[in-house]
Amino acid sequence: MKQWEVVIGIETHVQLSTRAKIFSGSSTAFGAAPNLQANAVDIALPGVLPVLNKGAVECAIRFGLAIGGEVAAKSVFARKNYFYPDLPKGYQISQYELPVVCGGSLSIQVGETEKTIALTRAHLEEDAGKSLHEGLGPAAQGRSGIDLNRAGTPLLEIVTEPDMRSAAEAVAYARALHALVRWIGICDGNMQEGSFRCDANVSVRAAGESRLGTRREIKNLNSFRFLQQAIDYEVRWQIATIEDGGSIEQATVLFDPASGETRAMRSKEDAHDYRYFPDPDLLPLVIDRQWVEQVRAELPELPAARRQRLINEHGLSAYDARIVTTSLDLANYYEATVAAAGRENAKTCANWVMVDLAARLNREDREIGQSPISATQLGGLIARIADGTISTSMARKVFDELCSGGDAASADEIIARQGLQQITDSDALTALIDELLAANPGMVAEFRSGKEKAFNALVGQVMKATRGQANPQRVGELLRQKLG
Amino acid sequence: MIELSLADIGRALASREISSVELTGIYLDRIARLNPQLNAFITVDPERSLAQARAADDRLARGETRALTGIPIAHKDIFCARDWLTTCGSKMLSNFVSPYDATVIGRFRQDGAVLLGKTNMDEFAMGSSTETSFYGPTANPWALDRVPGGSSGGSAAAVAARLAPAATGTDTGGSIRQPAALCNLSGMKPTYGVISRYGMIAFASSLDQAGPLARSAADCALLLNCMAGFDERDSTSLDRPGEDFARELTAAAGSRPLAGLRIGLPQQFFGEGCSAEVMQLVDAAIAEYRQLGAETVPVGLPSMDLSVAAYYVIAPAEASSNLARFDGVRYGYRAPAYADLTDMYCKSRAQGFGAEVKRRILIGTYVLSHGYYDAYYLQAQRIRRLIANDFAEAFRQCDVILGPTSPSTAFRLGEKAADPVQMYLSDIYTIAVNLAGLPAISIPCGFAGGLPAGLQLIGNYFREARLLNIAHRYQQVTDWHRQRPAGHA
Repeated sequence: MKQWEVVIGIETHVQLSTRAKIFSGSSTAFGAAPNLQANAVDIALPGVLPVLNKGAVECAIRFGLAIGGEVAAKSVFARKNYFYPDLPKGYQISQYELPVVCGGSLSIQVGETEKTIALTRAHLEEDAGKSLHEGLGPAAQGRSGIDLNRAGTPLLEIVTEPDMRSAAEAVAYARALHALVRWIGICDGNMQEGSFRCDANVSVRAAGESRLGTRREIKNLNSFRFLQQAIDYEVRWQIATIEDGGSIEQATVLFDPASGETRAMRSKEDAHDYRYFPDPDLLPLVIDRQWVEQVRAELPELPAARRQRLINEHGLSAYDARIVTTSLDLANYYEATVAAAGRENAKTCANWVMVDLAARLNREDREIGQSPISATQLGGLIARIADGTISTSMARKVFDELCSGGDAASADEIIARQGLQQITDSDALTALIDELLAANPGMVAEFRSGKEKAFNALVGQVMKATRGQANPQRVGELLRQKLG
Repeated sequence: MIELSLADIGRALASREISSVELTGIYLDRIARLNPQLNAFITVDPERSLAQARAADDRLARGETRALTGIPIAHKDIFCARDWLTTCGSKMLSNFVSPYDATVIGRFRQDGAVLLGKTNMDEFAMGSSTETSFYGPTANPWALDRVPGGSSGGSAAAVAARLAPAATGTDTGGSIRQPAALCNLSGMKPTYGVISRYGMIAFASSLDQAGPLARSAADCALLLNCMAGFDERDSTSLDRPGEDFARELTAAAGSRPLAGLRIGLPQQFFGEGCSAEVMQLVDAAIAEYRQLGAETVPVGLPSMDLSVAAYYVIAPAEASSNLARFDGVRYGYRAPAYADLTDMYCKSRAQGFGAEVKRRILIGTYVLSHGYYDAYYLQAQRIRRLIANDFAEAFRQCDVILGPTSPSTAFRLGEKAADPVQMYLSDIYTIAVNLAGLPAISIPCGFAGGLPAGLQLIGNYFREARLLNIAHRYQQVTDWHRQRPAGHA
């Protein structure tokens, strides 16, 4: 059977977290009643004009710097002309020939393999409104509704080279990009609300072929799962089509999550001629070096640099470093935990954050920003494990208690109040063991006759008597001495 | 009263010789009497105007007076005015009551001027005769069977017939200057960016510029003082220090007030294409300027011959996009019956736009289309740069450029309506100025066969005050601009 190579490029629409729209002063907040956040400019009354929001430009600069791209000294807004009821002006203000960011790259990891995805460009544009075809109630009499609240929301469209070779790589890229735009604070990343939407350009070609196959573009994928499913389906469909003797026609397709299939929306023949031309209402966007440098100075340490530092300074594995840098909030939480627990306990901190805390957050469907336990509390708890004050199993109980939001401010407070310190004091344990041995001559005899199980039972008795506070290792040592 | 300059009207109002209500009443009466034969106004709303006049009188009584407080001004119906029908001369907006004020309207409001009415215009400012208006053509007060020019023909006819002391217009390819010439008025198009375009319904955004239409250069200066200024709502508005455009007019001067002034005469303005009678009047004006002390120098504008062609690519291209918002979805005209969305678009636009607007949308759509963009749009932009360079070169040798405003006096209603190219050529002397973004003024320079002719003065960027002074000095020694059409007493 013939071998096929999959080629994928991704365009992502990232909604920028500015308070106001890109060309008007109305709010971008999500969820207002329809058309309440649409002013004269957004609804395109006769005579209104766009004025560029500098905040959106700053977001683009941040992104350009974060991916190592070139922030264009001069870029140009262009009009993309087409008619649609939720496009009030009859054109979208976008960037065409001269985008604000060129080039750059993003590193992704699939399994053990690291790969660099080259970016083509990123450009600023405005979002359209929404057409509502359902749920308008009987008064609508089957008509559609238009909500222009979203019209004019700033978007950064980020375009990759056709560098990805599998759905897994595409998803890894989308996840890395999603993490990055949140990391640098330009997007809230809320995929349900449409803040981060991907279009995937997918083609296949015979292995070893250097020319690209004809691509189909899957539009508007707003979850990583849909991205994966849509590409998987599309690839199977394209290969099957070609192997059946057919050919691929360039087309725009939609993914239907219910059926798990993609279907053509429009072919190349009915592709729009957008009649792009520079928007005469806006001057060319000029960004001077000083502005770029100012933004650079305010940029947080980027994920790749942070990972490397955690590997070098905290002794984390590459894998752990990648996990704790999934988001800026998580990385900050992890580092605050280490600050409280001590650098020598960094690996333990990473484990607690990645395993115990992650499980808890997952169960409660919370983000790290809403963690029920503060990094200082967790770090304090880990310090008590490290210095032997409590056992790991006891620590899990303290952790649960801290998470459950009682009045205790710290692990130390709970340990002291409930007397949970491990008993490592040999005298106290020796006295206890003597008592136990005297009371259980049968077990002692069993042990002496070679039954190792009896030894474990004796350790269990000691632990029970101390309500788990005895240091099990120490108990074992002392018992062996006695029974020696 | 109706012959007083704006400055004198202002003095009469300030000294309470007349109230704004009385003055506004005089003009409303004249409009009621004379507008039916002229059709200069699309909307008149006496109650609303008189309410503004009363408020102005209160201001005058409190002594809070600015230059235009209490003076009624007519506005081209291209400017959005809050609570006023704002049609842009189109059926498409025949039901559009603006919920907001254009910056220009707001500035007049702030100064306490009275909004006297909205004037007729070519549909979406596309035309040179006011014949493409959905509301019917406007007649030229100098000869009712002739056009007033366009697209600001309603404003020009209103001021010429003394139905308003002054008016606003907009000029994309000559739409203030040409009607000024054809109606014996002074009309100025300032440097692109001097007056905010916010709320002025866009025809060709990179060329559109508002300006005054009045009975003298001095009146234009007062109107410009009100209209000009930076507006953060218009990204192409220029942030410059404020200036008094009338400042040079009041300076004392001897018998040769323009001594040292170098007037450039481009051969392209004095070749074929201009009627002999208009050329004769322009030559007489040149002689007058020499009397005032100016000297003339020949200059060249070699790329000017390409300006009409370049304009009729760039302006329709921008218009085709600017007019896309008129789709029947949110406001404006919507066809009464349609099968589906596409049908609604097609019918609403087919029924809502007139022939000239459709022609330009088609041209504009074509020149921006894939495969034609480079050959038309980009090529036209290159020509535009060449034209701007020509002017820059010319202004190294002269201070102001002089020539005719329009190649002929007012033509007959219907004479050119069927021949778009003939109509387009009536702006042959004005279009290059818009392509370069320069300021220019048209002033009356005499009559041929009882019809007025206009003299065009083009200045370098931001030389409005200088241009106004050059026009004013001419008007101090001539009385062409004081002539008024008979039959409009």
